[in-house]
Amino acid sequence: MAKLKDIARYVRSKNAGPFWVTIDIFFKDKESYEMVKHSNIQEELVAELYGTRPELVKKFYCENINVIKFSWPRGRASGNADEYDMHFGQQYVFLANAEVEEAKT
Amino acid sequence: MNTCRILMAIGGLGAGIDENYFRLGLEVKPDLIAADAGSTDSGPAYLANAMCKTSRHMLKHDLEIMVKGSRELDIPVFIGSCGTCGSDNGVEEAYEIVTEILKENGYHAKIAKVYSEVGKDVLKKKYSEGKIHPLEGAPGISEKTFDEFEHAVVLMGAEPFIKAYEEGADIVLCGRATDTAIVAALPILRGCNVAAAWHGAKTVECGSQCCDVETGMGVFLEVDEEGFNVRPLNPEAHCTPYSVAAHLVYENVDPYVLTEPSGRILTKDCVYTQLPDGVTTRVTGTRFEHAQQYTNKLEAAGIVGYQNISLVGCADPDLLKDPETWIKGITAYGMKNMTKSGLDPNDYRISFKAYGYNGLLPGKVPDDFHPREILMLMTVTAKTQELAKTVAKSMQPLLLHFPANWNEQLPSFAFPFSPADCDRGPCYEFKFHHVIDVDDPLELIRFAYAEV
Repeated sequence: MAKLKDIARYVRSKNAGPFWVTIDIFFKDKESYEMVKHSNIQEELVAELYGTRPELVKKFYCENINVIKFSWPRGRASGNADEYDMHFGQQYVFLANAEVEEAKT
Repeated sequence: MNTCRILMAIGGLGAGIDENYFRLGLEVKPDLIAADAGSTDSGPAYLANAMCKTSRHMLKHDLEIMVKGSRELDIPVFIGSCGTCGSDNGVEEAYEIVTEILKENGYHAKIAKVYSEVGKDVLKKKYSEGKIHPLEGAPGISEKTFDEFEHAVVLMGAEPFIKAYEEGADIVLCGRATDTAIVAALPILRGCNVAAAWHGAKTVECGSQCCDVETGMGVFLEVDEEGFNVRPLNPEAHCTPYSVAAHLVYENVDPYVLTEPSGRILTKDCVYTQLPDGVTTRVTGTRFEHAQQYTNKLEAAGIVGYQNISLVGCADPDLLKDPETWIKGITAYGMKNMTKSGLDPNDYRISFKAYGYNGLLPGKVPDDFHPREILMLMTVTAKTQELAKTVAKSMQPLLLHFPANWNEQLPSFAFPFSPADCDRGPCYEFKFHHVIDVDDPLELIRFAYAEV
């Protein structure tokens, strides 16, 4: 099994305004994009890694640029009294380190 | 064919425009010089204090280059979200700087100051009329919320820029605006394709972020009646179909539906084509769906408490075995002592972040992870600064000596500073993720003009 960071070209996390966060997974080719698209890298896993509910996670497949994107509300707005990553820029590491399980064919 | 050519000077005003690259953009005779000066990314403190994140020195540096270019070619300058948060005094500061630049260089210009700060009474009235609506992911609000912020602004669309320009302004300094409105306004006024104007604006909002190499410089946008062309100012960078399409995912919730005050930009069916020069990408096929109801997004921030912080370094192997248990232990021990001494535990909160362990990536660490040392950040949040200080001081002996192993001698942990604690000041919170229905795009916007 490989980790997502070994398959993707890069994984990026960022705030999207004060109330949402987003993670973009960039792939170098269609093959790796398609493999991850049909893997365990889904809303459920994102929700588990980031402590949110799967139904709040939006998923986007950007076919033309081989990007898979997840966005979800961050619960408490950025810069609150318990903030640990204002721009959410380091949080991609959780997803980048996730083991990718290919879909059984 | 109607066209509009925009020199997007830089991704964020004050980041440092390179005049050489900027001049390459001027040579191609733009119709407008634009820049965005704002962001909420750095948190609520800027809006709560109506405070600018960028230094006046850097603002003047960038504005001077833009204003000179504008006066030489007699073309307008549009700046949006002055003062980082778009507060009224952010507009005033930009106005003072621009006035200084005009006087120092012997230029003449008509300046528009466009304000979008809104008062509590206006908002309370809108709320009571049912005209404030939550966006997805919004916090719960009540009438009380409207008394709990220091400053509120609305994000203006393209119309206030158009109005100021039609009134003859050469330099338009706006309060809070959508990043896109700054750039989309003039092409819309000039009869270009409305969807292309918005999508083109979205593409250049972060400057060279839409290029294959992020150079920190500006980009050149040309909107026409069918689409838009975009290219970097730096000749070593390229706008490729990939880099331009990929910019839509950057810090956006949804890359295919982007909401503006007047409607939604729909980008799913766009076609991206590399032009023969190898550096320009052409985009067509964007759609714009006009909203039934025009809305302004509302932003407000207020004080929610006061904080005191202490830093202490730990290399003690007993502590490093399980920092979380130590954190629970010291917090409980400290709070018990303070409660006995008469402090109400509901009036303050103690929290720890263990940097080098899981301060940044909260939760469980891998089983085989053993740090050599960690830095503990203790944050006390309380109703007053004085109470935060009192709690921090009460915790101080424990921060120094609280053991992870009670069978050993008391450890002494490593303070890097004297005094060990530091009053951090107020902490703030964004209060709304809501939009306001308005009868007219200019309803909540105020204008002032000055000839310099």
